[in-house]
Amino acid sequence: MNAAPYTLVIGLEVHVQLKTKSKLFCRCSTEFGRPPNTQVCPVCLGLPGALPVLNRQAIDYAVRTGLALNSEIAKFTKWDRKNYFYPDLPKGYQTSQFDLPICSRGFLDISDSKGAFEPKRVRFIRAHLEEDAGKSMHDEVAGKADSRIDLNRAGTPLLEIVTEPDLRSPQEAKAFLTELRLLLLYLDVSDCNMQEGSLRCDANVNLHIPVDGKTVATPITEIKNLNSFRAVERALTYEASRQWDQWCNDHIAIGGRPKQTRGWDDVQGVTTLQREKEEASDYRYFPCPDLVPVTLTDADLGKARGELCELPAATRTRFVQQYELKEYDSDVIVSQGRELVEYFERAVVAGGPAKRVSSWIQQDILRLLNERQQSLTQLGFSAERLADLTKAIEAGAVDTSRGKEVFAKMLDDAALSVAAAIEALGIKAVDDSELMELCRQLLAENAKAVNEYRAGNAKALGALIGQAKKKNPNADPRKVQDLCKQLIDSGAV
Amino acid sequence: MEWQFASAAEISRQLCSKQVSATEIAKYFLSRISKHNQAFNIFVHVDEELVLKQAAEIDARRAGGDIELGALAGVPVAIKDLLCTTDMPTTCGSRFCEKYVSPYDGTVIAKMRAAGMPWMGKTNLDEFAMGGSTETSIFGAGRNPWDAQRTTGGSSGGSAACLAAGLAPLAIGTDTGGSIRQPAAFCGVSGFKPTYGRVSRYGVVAFASSLDQVGPMAHMVEDLALAMDVISGHDPLDSTSLPHEKPGYTASLSQAPQRFRVGVVREQIESDGLNAEVKQAILRTLDVLKECGADVREVSLPHSKYWVPAYYVIAPCEASSNLSRFDGAHFGFRAEPLEGKKSKSPLVEMYSRTRAQGFGAEVKRRIMLGTYALSSGYYDAYYLKALQVRRLIRQDFDRAFEDVDILVGPTTPNTAFKIGEKVDDPVQMYLEDLYTVGANLAGLPALSVPCGRSQVGLPIGVQFQGRPLDDALVLQIGHRYQQAIGWRPTPAPLS
Repeated sequence: MNAAPYTLVIGLEVHVQLKTKSKLFCRCSTEFGRPPNTQVCPVCLGLPGALPVLNRQAIDYAVRTGLALNSEIAKFTKWDRKNYFYPDLPKGYQTSQFDLPICSRGFLDISDSKGAFEPKRVRFIRAHLEEDAGKSMHDEVAGKADSRIDLNRAGTPLLEIVTEPDLRSPQEAKAFLTELRLLLLYLDVSDCNMQEGSLRCDANVNLHIPVDGKTVATPITEIKNLNSFRAVERALTYEASRQWDQWCNDHIAIGGRPKQTRGWDDVQGVTTLQREKEEASDYRYFPCPDLVPVTLTDADLGKARGELCELPAATRTRFVQQYELKEYDSDVIVSQGRELVEYFERAVVAGGPAKRVSSWIQQDILRLLNERQQSLTQLGFSAERLADLTKAIEAGAVDTSRGKEVFAKMLDDAALSVAAAIEALGIKAVDDSELMELCRQLLAENAKAVNEYRAGNAKALGALIGQAKKKNPNADPRKVQDLCKQLIDSGAV
Repeated sequence: MEWQFASAAEISRQLCSKQVSATEIAKYFLSRISKHNQAFNIFVHVDEELVLKQAAEIDARRAGGDIELGALAGVPVAIKDLLCTTDMPTTCGSRFCEKYVSPYDGTVIAKMRAAGMPWMGKTNLDEFAMGGSTETSIFGAGRNPWDAQRTTGGSSGGSAACLAAGLAPLAIGTDTGGSIRQPAAFCGVSGFKPTYGRVSRYGVVAFASSLDQVGPMAHMVEDLALAMDVISGHDPLDSTSLPHEKPGYTASLSQAPQRFRVGVVREQIESDGLNAEVKQAILRTLDVLKECGADVREVSLPHSKYWVPAYYVIAPCEASSNLSRFDGAHFGFRAEPLEGKKSKSPLVEMYSRTRAQGFGAEVKRRIMLGTYALSSGYYDAYYLKALQVRRLIRQDFDRAFEDVDILVGPTTPNTAFKIGEKVDDPVQMYLEDLYTVGANLAGLPALSVPCGRSQVGLPIGVQFQGRPLDDALVLQIGHRYQQAIGWRPTPAPLS
């Protein structure tokens, strides 16, 4: 990126579907994936005479999100109609918020634990509530121009979050979205599922190019159809180089061409022109006369603030301070979401040594969850049992390597305690004289390995571990290796 | 018995004492409808079977000693064809909805259904309630029973005319700028626009949401009170519905204060546009009111000259958005695609052809006015300015109501005009709303009752306007007035 002859400037518009049970202005369910047009009523179908009634839960979720994003919450907001014709918009207008959004300004800090970019603060312009439109499905098979409309989604509450153009690379954009998603999941206000469309993102992109000591900006394009974080990253990378090539070709700066909307084609890996806007569309916004303004008191905001959970950034810091985790380790756990954070803390509260719990979670629990595509609950290994296991390892009742066997045994039998698993596996501590005898035998039987070690091959003794385990499965591999070295180095063998 | 001379209250009493059955009443009015409807183009939909079935159910319940039956059970009601009903079409007087049947009942309809009021049918109206003469309906102009060459007024012209022709004892209308009161005045009947938010708008096809209000029409104010007891009250399905407890309008009807202060609006009574006969009728009404305990004084509403301009910005703006849903995509009329020609944008073409063919000229005019006024660059000068003026208009009323309890004045500047007389002159037509739109802009309860007839025999209406939520007081004073002049239901003499 540093080598590029331009600065990439990115602002994002993120649409977050709030996970209210019912829609923003009627009682229809918001459940995803039901048969088309089964979750509709006169209100969300926009039938003549139907009137909207606000679902207050959406306001609560928006306020919660706004507070977590360090935004100013408006104590007086209203609803405005955005007028345009489209078949997935049955009323011919979208109920939205125009000049008095529920949240203004705010910021979210992002960083990369591997240092891919400098930590930065991404500022927000606003976040407002609006109703989602329905879905159009265009069947263009064999020249048929058949379009079908599913209005199940129509009226689902959306929070549209708009950032300042503060992002400077595809990596930053991806990191921002990842952190925003994590925050929204912590707040429990959205499912944030990009495939199901409960988190949608459009990007506004252009380049700032130094020319003769001045900065020239290229025309802004808006990229739509970004259906995954990877798509965001790829599309931005593509668009940056596309704009650069275009600039090299025509030297047209911002204002020299209408703003373009481009769609990301994930298969071809390109953005394609969807439309050019000569002038801003006139949506004829005006206050919706069917709804009353929403007012929030200091008490409402105080209550919402009091109910906020600990946010990811705070948890990361606290884990480092309270449990002496490395920043990287803290980040891994926190970034997995609230469920894992709570799991970790429950294990620690139950007596598990924090660092050992952390490393078991990262190396074993997360690996299993990934392999099995399971959730923590589905895995069925309680934090309390993880605490018992790590305690036993810490106390030396079992070594790390046999600990994995204990873990596997406990996973198979949810009722099995650590002690029972240890016993079932025949694990007992081997006393030092017994271990010394075992090592002497080993060295005597493996003169070749001993010679190689003496000749300077430090790894030669590694081959003996397997034999040691055969003689006594409870022999701690590290101790065996250490003892063998001692025996040779001291000249005892 | 000739039931067209009976009030709804009288019919109710006869039903309750089992002097007559709901079926007999329904049959009586059905026979009058079949005799007179065609001449005046009043009902656009009548379902004999349905009304008789509903009436028979009430009779059966009454015979079974059902004590839950309300006062209006079995009293047939005519409904403006702008209220959504599941068992009859809801046409809005428009080609768009010619065949539209709502899958749900509006709140007012549901309340009347629960109260056991049989539907006499749906009444004619200006298309989407946009008009003051019931001439813009696709069903053709409504005719005034007092003079078939004249309009009924509008937009609730059919609901007013069905009373004047004696085709139903009670009707429901809607009033956005005078659409209940003006036709009531033209047809010699009573009509009440309640306080904004007092009656639910859920299931009323919206014209201008911040101005629309449903209300009853009848011969007697007592009938209006009975209907208000049924249709009013808070509705959780309408966010603009008022949460206030509703009073018993009938129970309190005779409790008009012994003394009350009446304000006469200087700008109205002294306006050049006010017909001399109408003015005389109003002055006579004021004399009657003085005998009823009124202390009459003059008040000023300095911004009243801006009522009509402000109204004709705000109402079209809201209408332009409210009527966007009539686009042919999901329900109602859709234009046939052009034969042979392959369009570049079939969707845009479908929209424009559908809306061009589906709406009449007046509706299109208002959609265009509203679209223009909301457009970027014009919004501040028109819509925003109109909202500011609306605030000043409300303040005028607030100030006036510091000194008086009720405003009394003409409902309309003139009596019913001739069909076709103003249809090509929208500004003249809009001036019909000169005295009525104030109550909509300020959300006030307003009542029109007959107060005399012109020399050629055309009805004249007097308007009573009260403070917001003073609906009961307005009805009480209207009732007191009708008692004082010994008013009886007065349908037009039909040949």
